[in-house]
Amino acid sequence: MVEKILSKKFYDRMKKLEPRYPTKVALLIPALHAAQDETRWLSDAVMDEIAGYIGIHPAQVREVASFYTMFNLKPVGKYHLKLCTNVACCLRGSDEVMEHLEKKLGIKCGETTADNKITLMEEECLGACGTAPAMMLNDDYHENLDIQKMDRLLSSLE
Amino acid sequence: MSDTMDETVETMFIQHFQEESRPLAYYLKSMDGYKTVKKAFGMSQDDIIGEMKKSWLRGRGGASFPTGTKWGFIPKQSPKPKYLVCNADESEPGTFKDRDIMRYTPHLLIEGMVIGGFAIGAHVGYIYIRGEYAREAKLLDEAIDEAYEAGYLGKNILGSGFDFDLTVHRGAGAYICGEETALLNSLEGKRGEPRVKPPFPAQAGAFGGPTIVNNVETLASVPFIIKNGGDWYAKLGKLEKSGGTRLFCVSGHVKKPGVYEFASGSVTLRQIIYEHCHGILGDKKLKAVIPGGSSAPVLTADEIDVIADIEPMSKIGTMLGSAAIVVISEDYCIVKLLRRIAHFYAHESCGQCTPCREGTRWMWDIIERIEAGHGRDQDLQLLLDITENVGMKTLCALGDAAAGPVASFVKKFRADFEAHIRGGKCPNA
Repeated sequence: MVEKILSKKFYDRMKKLEPRYPTKVALLIPALHAAQDETRWLSDAVMDEIAGYIGIHPAQVREVASFYTMFNLKPVGKYHLKLCTNVACCLRGSDEVMEHLEKKLGIKCGETTADNKITLMEEECLGACGTAPAMMLNDDYHENLDIQKMDRLLSSLE
Repeated sequence: MSDTMDETVETMFIQHFQEESRPLAYYLKSMDGYKTVKKAFGMSQDDIIGEMKKSWLRGRGGASFPTGTKWGFIPKQSPKPKYLVCNADESEPGTFKDRDIMRYTPHLLIEGMVIGGFAIGAHVGYIYIRGEYAREAKLLDEAIDEAYEAGYLGKNILGSGFDFDLTVHRGAGAYICGEETALLNSLEGKRGEPRVKPPFPAQAGAFGGPTIVNNVETLASVPFIIKNGGDWYAKLGKLEKSGGTRLFCVSGHVKKPGVYEFASGSVTLRQIIYEHCHGILGDKKLKAVIPGGSSAPVLTADEIDVIADIEPMSKIGTMLGSAAIVVISEDYCIVKLLRRIAHFYAHESCGQCTPCREGTRWMWDIIERIEAGHGRDQDLQLLLDITENVGMKTLCALGDAAAGPVASFVKKFRADFEAHIRGGKCPNA
């Protein structure tokens, strides 16, 4: 067995969740979330370790992880910026915000800045349509966005 | 809940939508919290389901199926454990009401789930919450911890002999997981692909056991119904077969977007837009309204005198869906908007059924080229043909959801599409 990447905290969390489900494979999505919280993205080694813990084939982990957009199968920047551009947000100017972000960061949507600081992505409806445009910055929502607010937020990122 | 007993009070939820309402202490003090579950323990399962049927509470996730009838499908005896699952995936574009219930009144949902679990004989419940609602998942976890600590969850709740465990399960970004069988697959640790039905979840749902899947608002309405009776709830609604109040999500080009609560069947779309939401931004003219989430066929400005409820909407060829009203003003390009909607469905098709996988992508391509000024005369008929080959031809409703907007936008705003095709650009640009 190779050395473990995931922490004791991860395994403690899983142990606590185990009795909550009648099957161990139901822990797969919670495990992928918990792992990604630690490692920021899901490398082959991380997914193999999860497969070993749950007792399923590594391909099964990839099959599931690749279905869900929140699981990062490639490295992402320190700040993962996901701007909603769905109906309510585009009506309220998300396209202009996206255009501004691409220009300011010098990257296209889907890319990461050269210093690995910011990954910019487009997101489907975030369920914050009354306060559109909205985005997620890592796990946090930011709502009622405009270009000025976006600039302030960007300059606050270390 | 005490202040909602008064018949003059027309809302149940919205007065509590503030941060201060979240703690258990507030729920106990100001909403008569966890008194109703005690009452429910004194009732038979059949009586509870009977009250739910009388209430005419209809599923608030979008399908409007009567909740009591759904609960009645659960077999009394089952060799496998039964499950109650809350659908908190809230991903229909335009919808954001369940988020408020979870972040402001989480105990209302928990109490509704304990009552629901008791009524159907389930001892295990899950709240399947969309992955993006990380904060709401954490707030629910905290509320669940509070409820365990106080004895409202866990073993022998309030000395009733009834056990109920509740777990928050986060999704990970997939619109399709709002479809109940896709949700169940996702809960089981699989790809969120819809299942072939039958069997329906009430026969074989989560982990093969009989399962009820209900929306957040639906379950959070249960304590009000059991406390005051099904007849009381039914009478809150102004139309037959549509009880209670309902949360509306209004977004887009209105002056005051947000979550509103009205008695079922008591308001028209015009009243919601012009009276409650103070009209269109910049006092511009109304162009279109998507009345029930992006899957609902679009309405023109001439069609908004319709009562915003299940049957009246269905009569005019659209749907109330999740009561997510997206308002579009005259200066926004309707072709551009449909291109965004079509892109969404192409992105979210799970790929299992060929008509949906291929059709959603194809429709998006065509609308994109029309918007870019490269449309062809035959494209509009082609789009309509594709909608007929996608809608009702797939395992789940995503195909219909993708076809409905395309067909309705093209039929109702044909001149806008033709102008793009003939002029090679947007006439408004």
